[in-house]
Amino acid sequence: MAEKDLLTGEHFIHGDAACAEGGIAAGCRFFAGYPITPATEVAERMAARLPQVGGIFIQMEDEIASMAAILGASWGGVKSMTSTSGPGFSLMMENVGLGMMTETPCVVVDIQRAGPSTGLPTLVGQADVMQARWGSHGDYGCIALAPSSPQECFDYTVLAFNYSEIYRQPVFVLADEVVGHTTEKVVIPRREDLRIVARAEPQAPAHDYLPFDSAGPLPAPMAIAGAGYRVHVTGLTHDERGYPVITDVVQERNVRHLVDKIRKNADKIIRAEQIHLDDAEVVVVAYGCTARVARQAVEDLRRRGHRAGLLRLITLWPFPSQIVRRLATTVKAFIVPEINYGQMAYEVERTAGGGVEIVLMPLMGGSIHTPEEIEEAVGEYL
Amino acid sequence: MPEESKKKILKPLKNFPLEEHIASGHRACQGCAEVLAVRHVLKAIGPEMVLAMATGCMEIISSPYPLTSWNVPWIHVAFENAAAVGSGVEAGLKALRRKGRVPDKEVTVVAMGGDGGTSDIGFQALSGMFERGHKMIYVCVDNEAYMNTGIQRSSSTPFGASTTTSPAGKMSPSGQNTSKKDMPGIAAAHNIPYVATACPSYYSDLMKKVAKAKEADGPAYLHILSVCPTGWRIPPEKAIEYGQLAVDTGIFPLYEVDHGVWKMSRKPKQLKPVADYLKGQGRYRHLDETLIAVIQKGVDEKWERLLKMTEMTGPATSEQPAQEE
Repeated sequence: MAEKDLLTGEHFIHGDAACAEGGIAAGCRFFAGYPITPATEVAERMAARLPQVGGIFIQMEDEIASMAAILGASWGGVKSMTSTSGPGFSLMMENVGLGMMTETPCVVVDIQRAGPSTGLPTLVGQADVMQARWGSHGDYGCIALAPSSPQECFDYTVLAFNYSEIYRQPVFVLADEVVGHTTEKVVIPRREDLRIVARAEPQAPAHDYLPFDSAGPLPAPMAIAGAGYRVHVTGLTHDERGYPVITDVVQERNVRHLVDKIRKNADKIIRAEQIHLDDAEVVVVAYGCTARVARQAVEDLRRRGHRAGLLRLITLWPFPSQIVRRLATTVKAFIVPEINYGQMAYEVERTAGGGVEIVLMPLMGGSIHTPEEIEEAVGEYL
Repeated sequence: MPEESKKKILKPLKNFPLEEHIASGHRACQGCAEVLAVRHVLKAIGPEMVLAMATGCMEIISSPYPLTSWNVPWIHVAFENAAAVGSGVEAGLKALRRKGRVPDKEVTVVAMGGDGGTSDIGFQALSGMFERGHKMIYVCVDNEAYMNTGIQRSSSTPFGASTTTSPAGKMSPSGQNTSKKDMPGIAAAHNIPYVATACPSYYSDLMKKVAKAKEADGPAYLHILSVCPTGWRIPPEKAIEYGQLAVDTGIFPLYEVDHGVWKMSRKPKQLKPVADYLKGQGRYRHLDETLIAVIQKGVDEKWERLLKMTEMTGPATSEQPAQEE
């Protein structure tokens, strides 16, 4: 029997709704958002569903406020989330940086459309990949997950919440319009089959507690407001206690920690699906809706006896550099179809080094690749 | 002969400009009173204008190539910045005129946005425009929700309306549970020369106000109730009627604030009950008598407050309009 907070069973829903259900299943009880195509349906679902599970939905006056509100809710002790698309994602960026600096767990779902600016509001794009990585000023580590189906919208929103709690920072779900608006079967698992990371509570006595301790491999547990700990939260460069210290020495520790907590744990975070890679001569690197097309192309080529493979990126960030670096020594070429003018292709090129051909198959947005196009591009190197 | 017959038809609409600055054939929904409001605003201003328009219904329905409806210089900006872009246009034109780089003639700068683009995301830019004192008109075409993205609430959505993000139901009997943001009041609080509310159901009043806004010696703000049959879930042919009802029930009073002097533009002797306005609208279908009473009480209080404002600020021999039936 499904309970309201976990609708165990089979559903026929779109990716946007699946993101909302993933959030609720992961324990999200606060959503602040703003209407924007093609992510509005996430907010609409949350508006209907959160009151049913004792959560709160607030529609904010813009995306700046939406991002700020979920940071506040997180410090108030609630798992929180927002959803948006390109222009709204741009507006959120200052507060994304605040979330990174204050190490505040939360999840931002970005259903990508084609940009820049208003762009193609109703049509697909994948051009927020680099914005997710570098969008806010300053240095910080980034986790971004790219679902390829409504099922994965559910699964990776749950995973994003888990990552956000473990690594204590905003985590992105970078879906795209095609995935967000595709309606498919989504299986919501039973509670015992779902791994949910609860928020860690500090164990140290109040006078010893360091809310921004960077000594260990993971961030310190986060004391929420009113839990009896004295916590100073600031966007200024701060020491382990959270107090602003405006020196290069503290900046060095502070920023290194923000980057290293992801960089040093990258192996544990990275997810990638490796299809027919063992003997592949040509590897397609794809993510989001493009990965589904690429998969069709690779399977077709295999059926015809060609040694094609697919590296499907699930974590866009951290990027699976080791896998690419290893493949670069054996394959002839990487084919990178993406709905932008070369964002992941740069990353593949950077990690692969100079010895291998990198072929970018860009689309500016509004349409998706066909398997035939990808087969043709792969065929040139077989 | 055809000329004469035209004259005859147009007789009641004396001084109604025939030029169209927004062409027909756009993609607005049937019965859209918002595009009607835009049409009237443009007619009253005339062709010498630059229009900065926020993202929203009016931008989407009027501009997809090759079907632009605009016969005036028009710039589509982002969602939040019509007032800021308009400020730049006004300041830029002023500088160019001073340097003699553009002809020394009056060009009206207009910024336009929907209720979301005005009272939510564009609020900050709007306040900045007022405070800096740009000589331009800001027009809010208010259809009381984010209709372009599919009927989500805005801060201009009235209490009791059901939208997709304020759905009426067991958890929230009223649907939207906060009251409509008083944008004209907020604009007036900036002490700008001219603020007015209008509704295309009363088009001559609307156009008179636009003409006044054009002549104002600083920022002017027009808040226009724009009936949206799609979002309010009413038959398209009822759009004008519901606009009239909104005014005559006191839900949306017509008034102006001219240099701090509040003045009613339409003062029915007896306001109609709000239930007349609420019934038949799908967005209010869930309301029961208790909730309707709450709305009625709010409207009565607001009406009284408005009357007091007109008494307080009006000159002793105020030219209040004759009371109408």
